Amino acid sequence: MLAFLIRRISQSAVVLLVMSLLVFVGVFYIGNPIDILIAPDASPAEYARAVHDLGLDKPLWEQYGIFLKGALHGDFGNSFVYNEPALKVILDRLPATLELAFAAMLIAVIFGIPLGMVAGMKANHWIGRNIMRFSILGFSLPTFWVGLMLIIIFSVHLNWLPSGGRGETVMLLGIPVSFLTLGGLAHLILPATNLALFKTSLAIRLTRAGVQENMQMDYVKFARAKGLPETRVIGLHVMKNIMIPVVTVLGMEFGSLIAFAVVTETIFAWPGMGKLVIDSIGVLDRPIIVAYLLITVTMFIIINLIVDILYSILDPRVRLGQER
Amino acid sequence: MRNKFMALVTVCILLLACASGAFAQTLTIGLKGEPTSLDPHFHNVTANNEQAIYVFDKLIRQDSRQKLMPGLAVSWTPVSDNVWEFKLRKDVTFHDGSPFTAEDVKFTIERIPTVPNSPSSFTGMVNAIKKIEIVDPLTIRFHTDGPAPLLPRNLATFNIISKKYGEGATTADFNSGKAAIGTGPYMLVEWKRGDSIIYKRNDTYWGEKQPWETIIAKPITNDGTRVAALKSGDVDLINFVPPADVAHLSKDAKLTLAKSPSTRLIYLHLDSDRDDTPMVTDNDGNKIKNPLKDVRVRKAISKAINRKAIAARIMDGLAVPAAQMLPDGYEGTSTTLKPEAYDPKGAKALLAEAGYPDGFKITIHGPNDRYVNDGDITQAIAQMLTKVGIKTEVNTMPKSVYFGKASKLEFSLMLVGWATDTGEHSNCLSALLHTYDKDKGFGSSNRGRYSNPKVDQLLEEALVTVEPKKHNELLVEAVELGLGDVGIVPIHYQVNVWAMKKDLNYKGRTDGYTLPRAISVAD
Repeated sequence: MLAFLIRRISQSAVVLLVMSLLVFVGVFYIGNPIDILIAPDASPAEYARAVHDLGLDKPLWEQYGIFLKGALHGDFGNSFVYNEPALKVILDRLPATLELAFAAMLIAVIFGIPLGMVAGMKANHWIGRNIMRFSILGFSLPTFWVGLMLIIIFSVHLNWLPSGGRGETVMLLGIPVSFLTLGGLAHLILPATNLALFKTSLAIRLTRAGVQENMQMDYVKFARAKGLPETRVIGLHVMKNIMIPVVTVLGMEFGSLIAFAVVTETIFAWPGMGKLVIDSIGVLDRPIIVAYLLITVTMFIIINLIVDILYSILDPRVRLGQER
Repeated sequence: MRNKFMALVTVCILLLACASGAFAQTLTIGLKGEPTSLDPHFHNVTANNEQAIYVFDKLIRQDSRQKLMPGLAVSWTPVSDNVWEFKLRKDVTFHDGSPFTAEDVKFTIERIPTVPNSPSSFTGMVNAIKKIEIVDPLTIRFHTDGPAPLLPRNLATFNIISKKYGEGATTADFNSGKAAIGTGPYMLVEWKRGDSIIYKRNDTYWGEKQPWETIIAKPITNDGTRVAALKSGDVDLINFVPPADVAHLSKDAKLTLAKSPSTRLIYLHLDSDRDDTPMVTDNDGNKIKNPLKDVRVRKAISKAINRKAIAARIMDGLAVPAAQMLPDGYEGTSTTLKPEAYDPKGAKALLAEAGYPDGFKITIHGPNDRYVNDGDITQAIAQMLTKVGIKTEVNTMPKSVYFGKASKLEFSLMLVGWATDTGEHSNCLSALLHTYDKDKGFGSSNRGRYSNPKVDQLLEEALVTVEPKKHNELLVEAVELGLGDVGIVPIHYQVNVWAMKKDLNYKGRTDGYTLPRAISVAD
């Protein structure tokens, strides 16, 4: 286990380094942020001063060197537009995104797994078929369109739920959260549902496939032959086996929920990281873009690690240390 | 589970309904842009400047058509060619009760060039000032190097902060509210980044009585979401209504719209300086001498553009065809210039006269995420030019890529916009039509490198002529000359649209600001 962890961490460091170089060079070649940030009637002298203040007059390799040196000490530089440490600006937005992602994941698990089990057991029944039809819709409808539809139906026409924003927040362990207030919860429902749609469909399909496969297995027949009640056969034995692929895939998908909630956050004016990074790309706020991507990569690495560990707990035949 | 969930939803909705009823004195506005900072001197962009006026005041205010009006200064007069005297308003206090004096003005002007890491500062607005003399607590004199007729205009662009709280304050101190202590109509309560900025009324404000107890400004960048937020009643008013939504919002009986022309000019810049321009070839693809140097070709391009059609069909009526750089009635605008009429025959004749009877090939560049319908306008212009024989290809790109390339002179013909925030013509003349001169600071956005010594001379003379009538005449002459030469091809001024609940009243402004002090409850 320890050897596995050490190997994983050293590999991750290399990945991060390569990633930072790619991102840095890429953003450098898109354009000069000053052309967008500065008031267009600024004099050339003022232009030169701004370029100098932001360190953009240095050659690329020197800028990268400064960045790397700072990054090793946890300093990703100051955001050009906010004039605050990039890491702080991003971490300020992280709770909102995490909250949204957790809520979406919860919806996906609560609805997706039971529906998938029903669909698996009643594959030829009308219920099963309709669940599968729903999952196809969930896969194929574009997120932004569903988001706007949700707003039009539930906010504009029915006026049940707010159309955007985060609503009231309260502090929980020093982090602002909105799910503990009713107003906040009301704000959370639509974006979380929007974000959960794709993941719910995924959970349905994975669970259904798992159920259908496992129901044919000898251990199920054996368990039934022993006279175990059907609820126990499915609820315990089958469930345990189908959870392995579901946990793996949903774990990976959780990372993408956090990293790529961009569309949902923009449509619902949700003040999370995704919206921040879109705004930052628009004005080429390099420190934010680079820090965001590195945080995202780090997060994927950590989630992968957790998934691997969970996997070994769910299926004792998997031994982490022996992985080649 | 399901039932509990639905019950919870119902409770939420009921609570929300009660909450909105309880705060009738609250105005919630949905804004397209979020400020990058609440430090009024950190970043000179509209979203920041607009929010700064909530908390702070300027020495000189601009009315809704950008005419100058007394603000913290009650009068400003030139006592000699090189000295301006400003009389300050009596009995003005900051939010903490401390009095406003000339010291605060001096402190503000001295702070402006020193704000660290500012990506776009107000330094250009104050660098004419060489010495600040405090005559008495309510009289201040600005000594300039030479005559500075634009000083009042420049001092109308930024807000005055308190010396007491501003000393040693960082941009972060303004964002947290610690240093955001102004003389303005509202006090900052809290800025929840990305979500909302909350303000409370300043009951001791020196100016007009404010109609709203609490202001909640919500940034909603997505156009569709902003419109939906208004329709669902989550916000009371929104700015920058997308043109495509204007028709259906105006049919909504619960809403009302306000339209105001803006100073945002959409224009073409043409490379009129170099012999060898990158994006032009003859019809067979061979390099030719830059045809855009010929004024007849530039004129032909202007005649080939059907401005009325662009305004009507692409902009859904939300554009005013333009003849110069500022709409009629602004300082330094010509009364004789009229928008070039659509005349494809005349354009062809001019091209033939210039020696291009079969036209040539050119690529037009434009941004696709910067101005209203910018990509579509670029497309339309390309088709119109192709119709008169200039075979035009289109290349549009995101603003983050576009402006860098445009400034590096990689284009021959490009679509750009310009908003004259100072509200008078010398600003855009200096930046767009004066010969590019890095040392003197002229032509900073002259990406076509148009150059005419006579225009330069007239403008430079106007910039040292303090007497207003003479100053204006010189500007008008420079504008007529530069546009007669087709130094740029003006297309149109954008029209800004606000939408609000039926019981509200806001007229809109040419600078596009949404100011709560002018939003009233309709009778």
